[in-house]
Amino acid sequence: MRIVVGEGSCGLAAGAGAVHKRLEALLGEQDQTNVELGITGCNGMCFLEPIVDVYDDGGELHRLVKVHEKDADVIVKAATTGDLALLDDLTISAEDEKFLTQQTRVALRDCGVIDPENIDDYIAHGGYKAISKILREGLSQEEVINQIDIAGLRGRGGAGFSTAFKWRAARDAKPDETGKKYLICNADEGDPGAFMDRAVIEGDPHTLIEGMLIGAYCIGASEGIVYVRAEYPLAIVRLRKAIKDATSRGYLGDNILGSDFSCTLRIKAGAGAFVCGEETALIESLEGKRGMPRLKPPFPAQAGYWLRPSNINNVETYANVAWIINNGGEAFAAMGTKDSKGTKVFALTGKIVRGGLVEIPMGKTLREVIFDIGGGIRGGKEFKAVQLGGPSGGCVPASKLDTVIDYGELAATGAIMGSGGMVVMDETTCMVGMARFFLDFTAKESCGKCVHCRLGTKRMLEILDRIVAGKGEEGDIEKLEDLCYAIKDGALCGLGQTAPNPVLTTIRYFRDELEAHIDKHRCPAGECRELITYSIDADTCVGCTACARQCPVQAISGERRSPHKIDPTLCIKCGNCMTACRFGAVKVQ
Amino acid sequence: MPQTVPCDLSLIEPMLDSLADVPGSLIAILQETQEAYGYLPMDAMEHIAQRTGTPIATIVGVATFYAQFRLEPVGKYLIMLCQGTACHVNGSELISAAISDELGIEDGQTTEDGLFSLKHVACLGCCSLSPVMMINGQTYGSLTPDKAKKILRGLAAQEQEGGASA
Repeated sequence: MRIVVGEGSCGLAAGAGAVHKRLEALLGEQDQTNVELGITGCNGMCFLEPIVDVYDDGGELHRLVKVHEKDADVIVKAATTGDLALLDDLTISAEDEKFLTQQTRVALRDCGVIDPENIDDYIAHGGYKAISKILREGLSQEEVINQIDIAGLRGRGGAGFSTAFKWRAARDAKPDETGKKYLICNADEGDPGAFMDRAVIEGDPHTLIEGMLIGAYCIGASEGIVYVRAEYPLAIVRLRKAIKDATSRGYLGDNILGSDFSCTLRIKAGAGAFVCGEETALIESLEGKRGMPRLKPPFPAQAGYWLRPSNINNVETYANVAWIINNGGEAFAAMGTKDSKGTKVFALTGKIVRGGLVEIPMGKTLREVIFDIGGGIRGGKEFKAVQLGGPSGGCVPASKLDTVIDYGELAATGAIMGSGGMVVMDETTCMVGMARFFLDFTAKESCGKCVHCRLGTKRMLEILDRIVAGKGEEGDIEKLEDLCYAIKDGALCGLGQTAPNPVLTTIRYFRDELEAHIDKHRCPAGECRELITYSIDADTCVGCTACARQCPVQAISGERRSPHKIDPTLCIKCGNCMTACRFGAVKVQ
Repeated sequence: MPQTVPCDLSLIEPMLDSLADVPGSLIAILQETQEAYGYLPMDAMEHIAQRTGTPIATIVGVATFYAQFRLEPVGKYLIMLCQGTACHVNGSELISAAISDELGIEDGQTTEDGLFSLKHVACLGCCSLSPVMMINGQTYGSLTPDKAKKILRGLAAQEQEGGASA
């Protein structure tokens, strides 16, 4: 019998650490030792955390969800007595299981399955088989790159550039007198709303190492660097251990597996700057400088880190590589659409019933992901839009829900595939506020190197600020459009060139909402504070006083058991009363 | 309590011995320095400039570019409130207002008693638990304005007890 606790960052935040401690203590009190306790990474079912997997002696999995510390007693009792029926109340429902059964996992294949801190567990699941095969059979660089080419693997970080093309360019680039080339992993997952790279590093760090090793072999690099966000401390800890273990087993270092291929790997912790997700800014940051993008060309393949040939891919891209070598490029290419092969991981969040990490073959529709896998909108509300691609992407409305997930098809909606953030919004989310939210983000994160991005995003933010404050002017939409196209044309790097996308999609799909803010000073979603008023419907109010007790400024008055009233001159529009009311009597307009 | 001066430069000496001559290590040096003092004191940055032969302007330039670096000391508890998309959609603004209401500080400020600092940060990557805040490495998820206030009151009470018994 084996008990495995899911301990990714979100599992731990939900209380998995306390569950683990309690299980450990209880098992420590037992004399017998036939129950093993282990850990695993995030299996992506974030909405059910903390999760405990119990494997019986036949190897069958019993998945327990929303486990609390106090449930540890019954889990240990069931595991030690073998009476697993005791766990029925904690067991995952058939409905929730659909979240996983409808997925196809390649990059996330071992996340939530293996122990990320145990290299033997990775090896037992077929780990390091791909690099062993390449080195033992003496496959040439071109033979390996060719498999990646056949697979049609495109960069999973946002731009979707061909991986094989980049690898060939870096391989063919002539190094300087030091003979050095570098292979870099972009783990600076800065898109708000995306966390798949964190899950891979925390849950399966060795697959990243193996993918990077294969990349390094293909381009002839002897040094690999992983640039990880400082906000991901657990990922750094697990990756550091994985690198140490892989080195002691001879998968990293000199003459790997007895071949003449040598490669080391190290971690560089980022210091918090969104622009460092751009590859040349990332390189500047690696060199210890302000992370400001360089002019391209030359591309990193020619002159990257210390101006030497370098290749950069993100975590998810590398996580696919070992699988492709093991299963063949054709197997990967058999999934997906004509131009978008394989699978893609999405971080499904927002107003969704089942939120978490979803990996599906390209070619499924947004509707399938949001409704079939994600279970639709929480609280019986209406779906309004889904935000794809973070600050570089856009909001796709309900009328486009049948759009196929494919780099080209998504780009045609005005959004982008991006790194895979998928934030679902319902009728209570203001789309103008959403556009303002992203502009606020890009204006703050603009590095300041080029004028279009530095000043353009600021001017756009000022216009959006006045619109959500009810001070929009006629012609504001046109001014925004002008700025959008000027920034797209004039900005130096991807951050600036894509920064207008959230505004452009809002103008394209939610123009009526923008106009309501500007012309009628109304926020149809009832979110923009300056434009809304709260009131209590006298017929529905039962006079329970719950709202009055929650009001921080005593703006609500009324006798017990009789309808209450809100004084609009005192109300600060915090919305506490609406949340507190169990009868739906508080209205917002 | 936050303290400004003086700054004991010997704390970073061993680290500088190993990193000062490594090309490209300025960010790592600043990270270690902040780890030692809780922020980047001007004295320390001037010392780093001397030891590495890097102009002080370059060092301050890097220190002010990245969100991680602080030029002022912070409170004992650093509240990092997530500003990611999922948190925004799920009401992080209300949490921010609740924290400000409870502590009387805004983003970037520290309470007078030096106990709490509030900082709005980029996505913490715990989107499914949104809205989220992280206090000294501990993540608190699925926040409501009330829950956030209770957590802060709990920490403040803990401090008072600690102070009384000490």
